[in-house]
Amino acid sequence: MSAGEEQGRAVRPVYLDSASSEPLHPAARETLLAALDRGYADPRRLHGPGRDARLLLDNARAVVAESLQVRPDEVSFTTSGTTAVHLGLLGLARARRTRGAVIVHSEVEHSAVHQAARWGGEPLVVGVMGDGTVYDGDLVANSVAPGVAVCALQSANHEVGTLQPVGEFELANDVPLFVDACASMGRLPLPSGWSALAGSAHKWGGPAGVGILLVRTGVRWENPFPDDDRTDHRAGGFENVPAALAAAAALQTVMAERTELNARHHAWIERIRATAESLPDTEVVGAPDRRLPHLVTFSCLYANGEALVTALDRRGFGVASGSACTASTLEPSHVLAAMGALTHGNVRVSLTRDTTAEDIERFCAVLPEVVAEVRA
Amino acid sequence: MTEPAPAPEPGPDLELDCRGMICPQPVIELARAIHDVAVGDVVAVAATDPATRYDVPAWCRMKEQEYLGEAPAADGVPTYRVRRIS
Repeated sequence: MSAGEEQGRAVRPVYLDSASSEPLHPAARETLLAALDRGYADPRRLHGPGRDARLLLDNARAVVAESLQVRPDEVSFTTSGTTAVHLGLLGLARARRTRGAVIVHSEVEHSAVHQAARWGGEPLVVGVMGDGTVYDGDLVANSVAPGVAVCALQSANHEVGTLQPVGEFELANDVPLFVDACASMGRLPLPSGWSALAGSAHKWGGPAGVGILLVRTGVRWENPFPDDDRTDHRAGGFENVPAALAAAAALQTVMAERTELNARHHAWIERIRATAESLPDTEVVGAPDRRLPHLVTFSCLYANGEALVTALDRRGFGVASGSACTASTLEPSHVLAAMGALTHGNVRVSLTRDTTAEDIERFCAVLPEVVAEVRA
Repeated sequence: MTEPAPAPEPGPDLELDCRGMICPQPVIELARAIHDVAVGDVVAVAATDPATRYDVPAWCRMKEQEYLGEAPAADGVPTYRVRRIS
């Protein structure tokens, strides 16, 4: 039996892993195809094709700025969300290197933040509550320690969906806040209170290979990597103009669609949470209300995470897992570990804009038998 | 998430050798063995799997048992101690 077929009946494969990557939005696809033939030239050149590429790039920047309600000169296109995180966090730190190298961040940040802080500074890690919310009092208290260059906090957690209290606290001593908004950009409004912020286009239905770096006007930021003589002093390398424009088009469209979509997703996730909670020895992980609308994570005691993912895939459902056996490192998710959550038997479900009510009902119907089968 | 190390204690009432097992097997072994000891007794799980460090405390929270902490065995393998309280 192949994936997507069960009991001889062909079933539409259901992709429930948008938190890893959302399928390309039709608006992005349309824009990408239209821009591919125009956006090839070097936007710094003064010839016609160069001016055309520059026009498209400026248009992409303007659309992103308007969508996110920031200034166009605060927007940079990077080659990935990870690169935007590296540039944003380390650029703030580099501009304050005379003050010190300490980077204060929560324990549940994306590995890109953990790795960047270790690579370019001295990490000072702040713990989280059982639902994944950072102890923001500890974040504030630690940020006044000597030698602190920058503080980093995600807008929402990419594995468990918990929203962090960005914008609800103030850092003393002019310590800047870097916000990794890769998990929420496009789906939720930007929080306030950041000095630099990162987003990732393929999480909202734009193409992969486009990150968004925002740096607030007036904030000191220095390139942590070698300078490059491009149109944007913050981002090196030849601009992928068609992809940037497609990312911008998708962002604009998903933001117009999101009120209705988020309400639907929120209710469906509630349905999956209730189903998971009703299973024996199963724990739903992450904040129940202050969460991303489209994502839920749960852990099943005595079940192997890889086996759960494989068994669900056989029934046509594509999900992710934070369990060690599904990771290349064979280490369990540092997010689940930091929360004190069960790390084995873990499943993360994240909805796309194409998810249907029938998909949710089918998933909730097969989940109990899949968990029982894997435990047997 | 590691609990503060307890004061030196007598050896466990039951020790499970889960060296070489991968998750969730050490926790499955612990769940089986907990009923073989009396309430108040201590079970120690020696495990090389890195997830066991987080999953034994999580299991204790979910199954209302007491997690006592971690100490290395003679061969250096971490051993996770649990007191049966329910």
